[in-house]
Parts: sequence; C-alpha cells; structure tokens
Amino acid sequence: MSTSLRLNPIACEAHGMCAELLPERISLDEWGYPVIDGKPLSGEALRHAERAVKSCPTFALMLERRATARAS
Amino acid sequence: MSGPERLPRLLAGTGERRAIGYDDHLALHGELPLERRRRRRAEPRLVEELELAGLRGRGGGGFPTASKLRAVARARRGPVVVVNATEGEPASRKDRVLCELAPHLILDGAELVTRALDADCALVCVCESAPEGAVALSDAIEERRRLDGSCTRTALRTIPHGYLAGQESALVAHLNGGPALPTFTPPMVFEQGVGRRPTFLSNAETFAHVALIARHGARWFRELGTTEQPGSALVTLSGAVARPGVYEIAYGAELSSLVAAAGGATEPVRAALFGGYAGAWIDGSQLNRAALADEHLAAHGASLGAGVVLLLGEESCPVAEVTRIARWLAGQSARQCGPCLHGLDALAEAFGRIAEGGGEGGDLDRVRRLCSLVRRRGACSHPDGAARFALSAAEVFAEELADHARYGRCPDCDRHPHLPLGGARQDVARERVSLS
Amino acid sequence: MNVPLAASGGSAYWFLTRSTGAVALLLLTIAVVLGVLDVRRTSTPRWPRFVLDSLHRNVSLLAMCFLALHVLTAVLDSFAPISLLDAFLPFAGSYRPFWLGLGAVALDLLLAVTLTSLMRRRFGYSSWRAVHWLTYASWPIALLHGFGTGSDVKAAWLLVISIACLLAVLLAILARVTSGWPGGHRRLRRGAALGGAGAFSLFLALWLPGGPLGAEWARRSGTPQKLLKHGSPVVGAQKARHG
Repeated sequence: MSTSLRLNPIACEAHGMCAELLPERISLDEWGYPVIDGKPLSGEALRHAERAVKSCPTFALMLERRATARAS
Repeated sequence: MSGPERLPRLLAGTGERRAIGYDDHLALHGELPLERRRRRRAEPRLVEELELAGLRGRGGGGFPTASKLRAVARARRGPVVVVNATEGEPASRKDRVLCELAPHLILDGAELVTRALDADCALVCVCESAPEGAVALSDAIEERRRLDGSCTRTALRTIPHGYLAGQESALVAHLNGGPALPTFTPPMVFEQGVGRRPTFLSNAETFAHVALIARHGARWFRELGTTEQPGSALVTLSGAVARPGVYEIAYGAELSSLVAAAGGATEPVRAALFGGYAGAWIDGSQLNRAALADEHLAAHGASLGAGVVLLLGEESCPVAEVTRIARWLAGQSARQCGPCLHGLDALAEAFGRIAEGGGEGGDLDRVRRLCSLVRRRGACSHPDGAARFALSAAEVFAEELADHARYGRCPDCDRHPHLPLGGARQDVARERVSLS
Repeated sequence: MNVPLAASGGSAYWFLTRSTGAVALLLLTIAVVLGVLDVRRTSTPRWPRFVLDSLHRNVSLLAMCFLALHVLTAVLDSFAPISLLDAFLPFAGSYRPFWLGLGAVALDLLLAVTLTSLMRRRFGYSSWRAVHWLTYASWPIALLHGFGTGSDVKAAWLLVISIACLLAVLLAILARVTSGWPGGHRRLRRGAALGGAGAFSLFLALWLPGGPLGAEWARRSGTPQKLLKHGSPVVGAQKARHG
C-alpha cells in the first residue's frame, strides 16, 4: 500500500497553499496551478502532505492509497 | 452463415446513398444470435468471444472491449449501455457514415450487449449536427420494433455539438442532465455512469464489429488485420487527396494503397496527420512504407486513433494550418482546468507569433515547454492531445516554422485552409471499399 | 481601572457587553478585510498564504468568542430587558427592538457561516461558499446595530473605532476592485461591490448626524420609558463620580 498525492484539476482554483506547505513535492506553474510529484509519500513528507491536503480550500488536493505492484 | 472473406465487412451492401433496410440487412448478414444469460452474475459468453477476437474500441481509446464488458457485467446495479456516435472530431466522418448507411449493424451490437448485460436500456447518442444519422437510426429502431419487436429498450439521444461533448465522462454528464463537459474520474464510467449505474459506453463502430463477431466468430474476425490489431476498421481520409471519404481497411494495410484507392494525392504530400487533431504528424518522406497499424505508426510517435488520416499537400502552408488548429484546440477547451485553459491559449499565441514573424525567437522553445507543462494536468486528455499535435508539428515542420519566425508570413499563408474544422457541411464522398 | 458600580446593579455587565461588542466589531472587521483582500493577492514571503489563511480563520473564531461574551453579558445585565431569545430572534424584544434585532440578524448569519466553516468537508465546497457570502451582509448589519443600540455612540472612543472599521473595509474593497479581478466578466461583481460600499457609506453619512448622533436618540430608538426616566447606568455612574 502506498500513499501519494492526487489533484482534482477541475476543483483546483490556484490558491497555492499546498505549494507553500509541501514545496518538496508541489511547485506552481506560471499561472499559479500546482505541478504535483506523484511519487509515494512516507514519514515526515506524508505528515506535511496531510497538512497540505487539509489546507486546500476547495478540497482539490487529496491523498490516494494504491496497492503497490508486487516485486516478482 | 460464414462471414465475408475479404473487405468490405461493415460497409458491405452499402452501394447506394441510403440505409440498408432491416430485411436486406438480415439477408446480407444473417440472423443475430442472441444469448440468454444463464445464471445471474455469470459472465456472458459474448465476453469470451470478444476476448478471443481481440476487439478494441474504435473511438480512439483502443480499450479492449472484452475487458470493459467483463467489468460492467460484474457490477451489482442494473447496467446501462451507451452507443457513442457523437463523433466530435471534425476530421472524422466514419460514425456518421455508419449511422446513415448501416444503422442495423450498430443496433445489432447494442442489442447483443444489452442482452448479455441484462441492461435496462441502451442509449444511442448522436450529435445534433448530424440529423441524417439520427433519422436513419430512429427509422431503423422503428422498423425493428415493428418487424420483430426488438430494440424495445433502445432510445435515441441528441447531444450538443462540441469537440469534447463526445468524451466519455462528458457524454455521461450530459445524459445525467448536466453540461456536456468532462468530469473528474474516478469513479470511472463503467463503475458509475448514467444514473450512477455501471455503464458500458463504446464507439458506434465498435458495436458494429461486435455484431459481426457474434455472427461469424473470433477466428473470422482475425482473418484480417495484424496480431496486435486484428480486424477491419473505418478510416476517414481527407486533405490533399482526389476522393476524400470514409474507407474500410484491414489494419496493417499500407497507406499508399489507401491513397491509391482514393484516387491518389492531388499534390505532393508534405506530411500526414494521424489520429485527428489530438494526434501526431509524420513527415512525408517517412510515409512511403507506412502501414496503417498502431504498432508501425508508434515508431513515428503516432497512432490511428479513431481512424483519421489527413494529408497535407506541399502547396499549403503548414504553419498557417497548424496555427489555425492550435487556436481551435484552445477554443475547444472545457475551461475547467487551469493548465489546459491557460496552456492551450499560450500555445496558440506562441504559434500565432511564429506565424506572423514577430516575437523574440524563443517561441519554439516556449511551445516545447508548454507541451510538457500541460500533459496529464487536465481532467481529460484534451491538453495531452493538443500537446502531442503541437510537439509533432514543431518537429515535422521545424524548417517552415523557423522561416516564419524569421521572415513572417509566406505567400501560401493566405490560401484557403485545407484541414477541416467542421462548421459548414463538407461534401465528402461516402463509403468505398478498400484493400487489405 | 475602577468600575463604578453605583446607580444600577448591572453596570459591570453593561460595561462588558459594550466593550466585548466593540472588540467583536474590530475583530470581525479584520476578518472581513482579510477576506476581501484575498490571501492570493496579499501574501508575501514573510506572510505566506497559509499563514494569512490561518489568521483569517483564527481572527474569525476569536470574534465569535467575543460575540458570545457580548450576547451573554447583555442578557445577564439587569438594566436593559434583553432575554436570550432576543439575541437570536430579531425584532421581538422590548429594548430598542429594531436596532437590537439587527444584532440578532447579524448573529444568526455569523452562526451559519461559522457552523458551515467548521464542518466544511461535510457541507462541500459550493454550499460552504454560498453561505460564506453572507458575511458581506453580516458586517454592515453589525455596524448599524452598534450605532443604533450602543449607548456610547456619541462617545469619542466608540465613534473613532466604528469609523476606522468602516474606512478599513472601504479601503479593502477599493483595493480589491482595482486590482482583484482581471477580465471583463467580473464587471458585475466590481460594480456591485463599489455600489454597495458607496451606498452604505452615503447612508451612514446622511443618517448618523440626525440619528444616533442627534438629540434624544435613546428615546427615538425605542428604549423603554422606565429606563429613560432613570437614565443609563453610564450616565448614573458619571453623576456619582462628579456629583
């Protein structure tokens, strides 16, 4: 099970708080919209990501759990 | 009844300019073998046949039809079947032609899937700008109800015109009473679609193939085409060709034989666009042995998509054409997602500056940067398609673009645009039989 | 600071209700100004958006705390006949019914805004947003309530605070309208904001001198007869000091 960030681009209104709270994974493009690194999160980064998700005024940012592919 | 050995398959019997009647249709193709679903929740036999046949969606996505059917069949709530004949791509006319000439094949496929899924209803969706197709389909539905009482659960729906209106989630949103704009997925349409029920939504041509596979079997289907892409497909060929129109091909056929069947190119071919305006360009010099199959086109970064091939002649100005389409793509954005609405506008502006010769000269770099910036950042694949179109144009037409950036407009810029963008009805020739 | 407890027994509460009312108005004004200016436009590296956003939320909650104290002390005070019901049900009281009622309206609106904000995820973004617009109605109503009900309205300190709050909101609206919405399709909002602000200010300028700042406002605003005879607890306390 891995957790990663996912964005609903329709709900996103470029408030930009997520990028302030998790600059390691989220940066803003020239129009203020987030560019999100979708790699799995853990530990400290995950805690900051949870805070970023809570700060989104439009609930566009979310955390998604996905089953990781088994190593064969 | 054994199937036709060669082409045509879908376009069989469509010599005249009107729809094949029900009796003629049955005489030509044979009775439709409808299955009775044995146990509740048991997998319909149709799934296995479609899996062996390797049928993939003909709407551009190419999703394996058997997998989709299986996923919807597993659902608990009563499923809905949607036939997508909206065809928002302006350079594509195959669905229109299929509706007008062979509506019973589409309806056969819809009946088969509806029965296999034990669905409550089948909704056949046509675009409001294609009234002839709508008339042909509704007449065909009427005919069937009258003659053998089939299609009682089939209804016709008219959808507003628009490039994105036929996108899967947008179509479902419209059928649910909202605007015809894409929605955020998950949940996917096959999980929660029309009326929040699991929905089997596929292109009209796909349903027509289902109708023939059910009759003649998977092995027959695989007699044409390649291993990866079996079967036949409808292709819309337009641009610098003598007889533009809808042709039926076997996957893997050479582009040159298709063009020959269409009367040959009207001028030397500068480049070809595959897959429509969300597709990719291939330089004319690479087209000699180009085969109409995704596995071959992929080497050039292209795919057939919904079966669209556009030939751009040397006498046209590629920069003017590409700029015009880039502007159109920006205008077709649903404007729901920031990166798409801003990015595509910026892309059109950059091309516009290059075309007029103004700008600082960094515009081509800007085009490339914008393309990588908008990819996968929208709710649907519109920005990805626009990026693919723009990036391949920047590569294939690098020379003309550099010339325009330096010297401005060329004499060919003011020529009448070749690439179709819908609007006025185009008198495109209808069906033709094609080659293998 | 010694609180004069002469004249009537509830003047401690009366003092508290006026002061908490003034503080609530100040805090509410700060919250409204932050909301109007929009964190996206006002943030700096030292004041990033998430900080301004938290500030807006915390100031609003603090304002609600002071508002609760304001209502509680007004009800507990025995001088003016204000019941708990009057705090929520507008225009039904016996003490300056209209002006007190405005306070009840403002309170009800702010309660709706607070509840939906605390349970935002449950309500969903669009419902929350629709209710949040009510703040633009609650603030001027609260200001009017202050002017109409307050017994200190002629006192310099409260007048200065009230006018300062009004100016702050007007300036914020002006700043937002001139820089806030690129693109012509927001012209309606721009016009409505300017028009509303202008009309409200004009109304105050015309009404205040002849109204709360004029003669015998206490009687004209609906203070019950028996209270007018005894005088307000503030006046009574002052008399006790100077007398």
